[in-house]
Amino acid sequence: MKRIAALFALLVFSSMAHAQDAPSAAVRRDASPARTEEARMKALEEQVRTLAGEVALLRSELKEFRETRSPEKSSGPQVLLASAHPEPGMLPASPPAQAVQTQTFGGASGNAKLLNPDISLIGDFIGTAGHNNVAPTRSLEMHESEVGLQAIIDPYARADAFISFGETGVNVEEAYVTFTSLPAGLLLKVGKKRADFGKVNTIHNHALPFIDRPLVTNNLVGGEDGIDDSGFFLSRFLPAPKNWFLEGSAEVLRGDSADVFQANRRQDLSVVGHLRAYRDLTESTNLDLGLSYARGHNNAGIGTSFDPSRFITNLYSGDATLRWKPLRRAIYNSFLFRTELVWSARDQLSAAVPTLFQTQHAFGMYSSAEYRVNRRWTVGGRFDRSGHATDARLRDSGFSGILTYWPSEFSQIRGQYRFGHLATSPTDFSNANEFLFQFLFVMGAHGAHPF
Amino acid sequence: MPPLLKVTRFTAIAMSLALVFALLFPVAGSADSKIRIMTATTDLASLAQEVGGDKVDVESVARGYQDPHYVDPKPSFLLKLSKAELLIVVGLELEIGWLPPLITQSSNPRIQVGAPGYFDASRFARILELPTGQVTRAEGDVHPLGNPHYWLDPDNGLRIAKGIQTKLSEMRPNDAVYFAQHYEAFEQRLKQADQQWQAQMKPYAGRKVVTYHRSWPNFAEHFGLNVVGYVEPRPGIPPSPQHTVELIGLMKREGVKVIMVEPYFDLKTPNSIARETGAQVVVLMPSVGGEKEITDYFKLFDYDIAKLKKAFDETH
Repeated sequence: MKRIAALFALLVFSSMAHAQDAPSAAVRRDASPARTEEARMKALEEQVRTLAGEVALLRSELKEFRETRSPEKSSGPQVLLASAHPEPGMLPASPPAQAVQTQTFGGASGNAKLLNPDISLIGDFIGTAGHNNVAPTRSLEMHESEVGLQAIIDPYARADAFISFGETGVNVEEAYVTFTSLPAGLLLKVGKKRADFGKVNTIHNHALPFIDRPLVTNNLVGGEDGIDDSGFFLSRFLPAPKNWFLEGSAEVLRGDSADVFQANRRQDLSVVGHLRAYRDLTESTNLDLGLSYARGHNNAGIGTSFDPSRFITNLYSGDATLRWKPLRRAIYNSFLFRTELVWSARDQLSAAVPTLFQTQHAFGMYSSAEYRVNRRWTVGGRFDRSGHATDARLRDSGFSGILTYWPSEFSQIRGQYRFGHLATSPTDFSNANEFLFQFLFVMGAHGAHPF
Repeated sequence: MPPLLKVTRFTAIAMSLALVFALLFPVAGSADSKIRIMTATTDLASLAQEVGGDKVDVESVARGYQDPHYVDPKPSFLLKLSKAELLIVVGLELEIGWLPPLITQSSNPRIQVGAPGYFDASRFARILELPTGQVTRAEGDVHPLGNPHYWLDPDNGLRIAKGIQTKLSEMRPNDAVYFAQHYEAFEQRLKQADQQWQAQMKPYAGRKVVTYHRSWPNFAEHFGLNVVGYVEPRPGIPPSPQHTVELIGLMKREGVKVIMVEPYFDLKTPNSIARETGAQVVVLMPSVGGEKEITDYFKLFDYDIAKLKKAFDETH
């Protein structure tokens, strides 16, 4: 195990070193000497062209120079803005006195904060009414206040951190550095991050098209936090047929994610693999497909006479998204249909015979649709169905209707009616009828729109 | 220890996958081929094409009839961005909702923010509506760095083209002459065209207009129009009944007869305002490619000025 970790580290570091070497290698390639007569002629031609270029450049510079000195030009208001950073060569040789003054006002104190990261806070308030005997939630709660800090670290990396303050504590939802300058088109993220397992697992609460998470997420993929773990996240575009976009991700994580994975020993790492295929069907319609695999240890063996390291959970998933958004009316109308299927294979001891080692196979899925009716309103619906990871005979199902209103881009009010047909035993069910409502508000830096 | 072996095997698979990714493809790129340029909007693409001629391959992420604040970061753009040598952006946070994730995910070191291949056109343009005093979102979706619709002033087009010429010459010093010549030709043509545009607009100097979004301050300034109101109560906030009533009153008092609307906004409110006030709604294109015939930066002004002229003539 150690050997492999060392190998991985070596790979990462060597590729980073390679990234910084690349430019000099390119220069060397350009400087290959000309040998044949023809090449010599070419070189001469090149020289003539360069000289001609210099003449033209000088001429244009002269012209520029004349223009900057001509009285009619300087009479026009030449405003130099604090936000404009002209390159040295772009500035006229003698800038108007007024411009010089504009720049000296205010000193540098205003710029002192410029290196702060982009800071934002998203507040997520949720209320619930109605009854649910199986999984009740609080009537009113400030569900989370998520602070986002995002910045470019250096020429080779950027970092993103999302810290979520909930009612029961603080959780680093994500904090990772992204190396953007690796060779061979590789993108490496290191830190804690939501793993690329399906779609809904990667989406933060406030960006979901529903207030809650689908039943399948709660039953099979770790609930609200999902597969969210520390490790390495590597991805790359893959060669694809024309008009298709393929991306592969390979992720190695510590192995602790909510109640799905639990690392009992240091070597109990979990792995996640994801393949994404995307295609534009038309300018306004596109199809997004995904296959995911996750594997890690679970806690079923703890406290038993079995070796805990034998208890593995394998998760397989397929997802499909169809989007429609006419470009001319993008802010008024759009439609999205999404479905995700998840299969779970969990090693555990049989509930009936505690000495019997078995693998529990459970399946779950959801389908959802949302339609933007106009600039401010969106209607949506979701159908849920899922077995329980620990007991596949317990099968929950349900559906939701969702209505969302946006006063502006920075706040959102949402209502959701949720019906659940929830299993309490293989034969008994409890019906849950609930109305959920949510208020979201965003302050600070303008985040990326969800896609 | 069989379980340990098992884990190692799976981890090893992940590692080897990583290795395969790493070694599959070398980074593409050679010195003599065309410079591959991606731009955020079509106007910047047109300017880059003017300067770069046939030494560049230019493509825009957004379409001309699309609201540049709201563009979906589709993965299909990623492939193009991953191969780009130069990315030209409007800046001033116009693309903040969609470009940053595209840049990061492109895994292209050349076009990351601050890299030599990242070109912020706003650095070269004259920017208007720089907020003074406190900036809050009570003002709507304000752009704290100034109004990003600055390309609708031909003088700014020229400034941006000059900036692009410098950048392209840096990237391909051997073609510096070529770019200088192209820039000069563009400058000449644009100055000539601008004289004509100015002449066409001269009879309407000082006319009061209302626009939907604050997309036209540079255009209005250059062609001597007076924007007195907006259909949006605040930038990015859809029209409200109260604001619409106030706007109708204002337009009647001030004798405003033209409402300029971008192609991606709903015409319902502008039309009802026009009915109340006897004004005309003109759908003007803020970007190249907004209509099929607007194929470049010149045709953009040709189109908008012809439409405006017609509207002014018909309402007086």
